[in-house]
Amino acid sequence: MSAHSSIAPFLDPKLVREGLARRKRLDQVFVVIGLIVMLSCLMILTVLFVDLVRNGAERLTWDFFTNFASRRPERAGILAAWVGTSLIMLVTAVCAVPVGVAAAIYLEEYAPKNWFTAIIEINVTNLAGVPSIVYGLLALGLFVYQFDLGQSIAAAGLTLALLILPIVIVATREAIRAVPNAIREAAYGLGATRWEVTKDHVLPYSTGGILTGMILGLSRAIGETAPIITIGALSFIAFLPEAPFQREFPFISFGWLDDPFTAMPIQMFNWVSRPDPAFQANAAAAGAILLGMTLLMNGIAIWIRYRYRKKINW
Amino acid sequence: MKRRLTFSIPAALLTLWIVAVPWSASAQSMIRIDGSSTVFPIAEAVAEEFQIAKRGKVRITVGISGTGGGFKRFCRGEIDIANASRPILKDEMEACRRAGIKYLEVPVAFDALTVVVNPKNTWVESLTLDDLKKIWEPAAQGRVTRWDQVRPEWPARPLVLFGPGADSGTFDYFTEAVNGKSKASRGDFAASEDDNVIVQGVETNANALGYFGYAYYVENKDRVRAVPIVNSAGKAVMPSIEAVTDGSYEPLSRPLFIYVSEAATQRSEVRELVTFYMTEGPALAREVGYVPLPAAAYQQALERFNANKLGTVFGGVPEVGVTIEELLAREGKL
Repeated sequence: MSAHSSIAPFLDPKLVREGLARRKRLDQVFVVIGLIVMLSCLMILTVLFVDLVRNGAERLTWDFFTNFASRRPERAGILAAWVGTSLIMLVTAVCAVPVGVAAAIYLEEYAPKNWFTAIIEINVTNLAGVPSIVYGLLALGLFVYQFDLGQSIAAAGLTLALLILPIVIVATREAIRAVPNAIREAAYGLGATRWEVTKDHVLPYSTGGILTGMILGLSRAIGETAPIITIGALSFIAFLPEAPFQREFPFISFGWLDDPFTAMPIQMFNWVSRPDPAFQANAAAAGAILLGMTLLMNGIAIWIRYRYRKKINW
Repeated sequence: MKRRLTFSIPAALLTLWIVAVPWSASAQSMIRIDGSSTVFPIAEAVAEEFQIAKRGKVRITVGISGTGGGFKRFCRGEIDIANASRPILKDEMEACRRAGIKYLEVPVAFDALTVVVNPKNTWVESLTLDDLKKIWEPAAQGRVTRWDQVRPEWPARPLVLFGPGADSGTFDYFTEAVNGKSKASRGDFAASEDDNVIVQGVETNANALGYFGYAYYVENKDRVRAVPIVNSAGKAVMPSIEAVTDGSYEPLSRPLFIYVSEAATQRSEVRELVTFYMTEGPALAREVGYVPLPAAAYQQALERFNANKLGTVFGGVPEVGVTIEELLAREGKL
């Protein structure tokens, strides 16, 4: 019984207990390290946020949201900037999410595994790492001049949509991949077509992951300054784009897509570099609001995810 | 099935709208301004007040593409007014000529380049152009690194330099005035496009010296100390509104311009804006830290504008130390 004798020491209860205790300790150490890392990340964010709010507290009034930029710091607000940013985000989401999700579904569920899809996959992953200024330059040539969109909200939204498309695709693919294959097989077994499987089973199950990817993308886009400066966002603008909702037929207007704009990060940058130090408070307040907008977007995504999850019962 | 219909009908209508509703161009008239970040505060103030005065009937946008970037867009016909912290250059004139864009050059204010040191610096009482050249000329790179190398009576402390980056019109003018050639400068200094960074650098280092526009000095008088500059008459002059207006702060004071496209001047609101610039501009320029031109100069500039005197009076070459009266008496060239 040589085999028995070789594993015998490991079966010694004392040794097993010691080994187990040691491994459990390691486990505890990891938990503590993880907790420290997470808390320090949260702390940095909190300190940043509190610092911004404290520096900008005097400006964080209702007027700040409803006033246009001004040469007087106490009168200057972010109306044009937050409206611009919101509309750009709308265009970005409407363009990037359907295309990104569709591309991911195709790559995961439909595309044959051959060299062509392999090249596409590598490219998509690489695109996620391209510096944003490069997208800005591409957009300047393509959207602003070639498509003649000019320095408009449409051009900015499309630029940022390009920027976050790879992020949406990669995140959606990960989410789709996490759907257990048994579910697909069961659906096929009941005679479902590929589209039915995707629509009724894969997509509902992966909605949470897809939304996370979308929010990650939009959170990145909302803070981007370089590409929208490249395509020519303005620094001073004291009027709003055309309202998307109108009183008379056809009630919805798309004139705003063609309007000039400014955005939150640009307004902040402009204030930081002003001679009058009082503008620093405006910049801090705008920063706090930008952070708040990102958190709000995340909150909405979490809420939608929660609702979807409740609906799923396999 | 019913549920699916209720969803797809609005979706189809929405798609129809997107395709069918033409993107209506805005009916209100828009004046597009872009260019120098130095001129921006004045342009912003004028745009703000003009829009209030017109009760929102005119829309104005102001961008910051830099003087060069502004001229590029101006000569492509994308904007109506270019803000410039230096006169238009030869190749930019050429670009405008090729595109058939004619323009009027209007001076709007003075800026005084201000040389500053740390408040703890007790040894520098004034600087001559020769001193500045010794510090900033390209040959000084890596060689002039202590204060006593500029003047022997100054202490043997390290010389720490801050200045604007090479894309700035401030840099262009300063190097032209001090080193005799635009953009000729030593490269071993801390450069920043954001003048607040220069203020901070000089404030925190007792051995520092830097330069930037007058507006940044006005707002930070308690953090940095301005150095009087010896002018051509041999007198050390502190930068101030009076010294710039009477012409004694030279050669580091420079005029700032707007370039108005002739095509845009056909529109009455653009003409009104320029008139507003010349009448309300002086007070607004002073408010945002710039030095207004003498009152007669605004009057004369407006007369030139109304007489449709096209072109630049510089002929595409940078010049230093020309008085505003002299400029306004010259003939323009396209």
